[in-house]
Amino acid sequence: MGMTVVEKILARASGKRAVAAGDVVEPAVDLAMSHENAALVINQFLEVFQGTGLEPRLWDPSRIAIIFDHRVPAESPKTATNQKKVRAFVAANGITKFHDIRGDRGGICHQVLPENGYVRPGQVVVGTDSHTTSHGALGAFAFGIGATEMASVWALGHAVNVEVPATIKVTVSGALAPQVFAKDLILFLVGTLGAAGASFRVLEFHGAAIQRMPTSGRLTLCNMSVEAGATAGIVPADAETLRYLREEAGVGNAVAPVQPDPDAAYARTVEVDASGLEPQVACPHTVDNVRPVSKVAGTRVDQIVIGSCTNGRLDDLAVAARILKGKKVAPHTRMLVFPASGRIYQQALAAGYVADLMRAGAVVMNAGCGPCLGVHEGALGDGEVALSTTNRNFKGRMGNPASEVYLCSPAVAAASAVGGVITDPREGGLQ
Amino acid sequence: MTAARVVLAVGDDVSTDVIYPGRYMATVLPAETPQYAFADNAPFNALLQAGKVSAGSMVVAGKNFGCGSSREQAVSTLKGHELVVVARSYARIFLQNAINLGLKVVAAPEIEASEGDEVEIGQDEVTNRRTGRRFRVEPLPAARQAIIDAGGLIAYTRKRLLESAGRR
Repeated sequence: MGMTVVEKILARASGKRAVAAGDVVEPAVDLAMSHENAALVINQFLEVFQGTGLEPRLWDPSRIAIIFDHRVPAESPKTATNQKKVRAFVAANGITKFHDIRGDRGGICHQVLPENGYVRPGQVVVGTDSHTTSHGALGAFAFGIGATEMASVWALGHAVNVEVPATIKVTVSGALAPQVFAKDLILFLVGTLGAAGASFRVLEFHGAAIQRMPTSGRLTLCNMSVEAGATAGIVPADAETLRYLREEAGVGNAVAPVQPDPDAAYARTVEVDASGLEPQVACPHTVDNVRPVSKVAGTRVDQIVIGSCTNGRLDDLAVAARILKGKKVAPHTRMLVFPASGRIYQQALAAGYVADLMRAGAVVMNAGCGPCLGVHEGALGDGEVALSTTNRNFKGRMGNPASEVYLCSPAVAAASAVGGVITDPREGGLQ
Repeated sequence: MTAARVVLAVGDDVSTDVIYPGRYMATVLPAETPQYAFADNAPFNALLQAGKVSAGSMVVAGKNFGCGSSREQAVSTLKGHELVVVARSYARIFLQNAINLGLKVVAAPEIEASEGDEVEIGQDEVTNRRTGRRFRVEPLPAARQAIIDAGGLIAYTRKRLLESAGRR
């Protein structure tokens, strides 16, 4: 029996000829990423060595990445002290893939990793963040783990007792209509599969609509695969992956894409025709509570958020700027934009997108995660409604359990800013 | 067999944002996280804070408990109160974190219980003493038993580290 992409990656990383779903393996880790929670990883890592008589030693500092993004710049003395502790550990241990709070090389981990060429097809990537699934966009097997498990990886260099996940093959045929994007596709899929519909499974994406999709869209797709419970999302690397690595991530050396075998065993297959898809909105308070935009159009919104690891890339800002250029955000609505990285922020400045958005009334913030999970700026008042391009709308997600969060694409968010109500971006005058 | 009292019963898809809200994530140490358990459920959090919930008390949940963020605080905050969780199913990262930190979690796909019920946990089934109904227990992934047997992932990794140091 043939292997899926993830089975092939895990076989290679575990030194085996072949593995199948359900096998238990201990794959070598190619890249281990943490953000501010590295403070807890360090704590657990040092505890592992206690009483062993061994010096605490990282298995390979060159394979560890630490990116500050959740609370940047620090919102409290507590965070600032955690960040200080992590900086000292980074310096003492020679961790070079460290991205501090900076406008040149800082940003959200799930953008910083790909844009710096840290992620390659065929790799095993772990991160202390559930949206580590993002990196499947480059053909890597990337999954989220907890801080203690990361401490174990830092010590051993491999993950322990990993069950090879079964794979669901998702084939997306056709072409997305104008004003319909990767975000609408993944919201539709999460709504169809359910919040636990892909639990302990991998979503492997295929089809004409995926082949045509730029890496920025694939990052959105794989990012939110975890919202269907998936261990990982993965797009087998292709010509677009190689183009992205070469042109946008500065990876000149040869990479070897991993393809599934034609007779690979899938737990399930799902087929979607992209052509018929309309813009989608996830309604409060679960990500799988998804409806076409037409069903929720007219809902009044107090705050619009464009950005995050899901939709803060240059393509996303371009779509929003194109819709809002020469228009105004409604007086009763606040609009916050946070690009996914300093590099993207600079590109958006050069392209004029930042000016277009600011002239429309948006506040363009520094790259970071803050508002998405309610830890830093952009808090909502009691009874307020947010429309956001982020990835989660759980009760209290944006910091206030008495508020509501709707999720959508940058096109829906920008179109909705004009009237301050949820609006279909395909309506006349907005395209 | 002793029974545990259900102190909180919740539905499907309870996220880690509900168990441990993101705004408290700057607090990371297991010794400090218990104060924020279910912080947005003020009455339940107050009971925990007042020490009115005894060790071994039970949280009963529906499907996909602990979905969302990988934050380990969602486990350490429950572990700090020595709570036991019986859910219909768990999200992957939460389940892994629970095993790694030694939080007692049981998967019972049909569990039905309300706050105040007394529930017994057996090897193969859990029993709701009020209703008399028995529910099958789904074994945890076998690959994880070694970590539980070692007393958690820190101890397990320490053991593995010493084994490989011994081989060198």
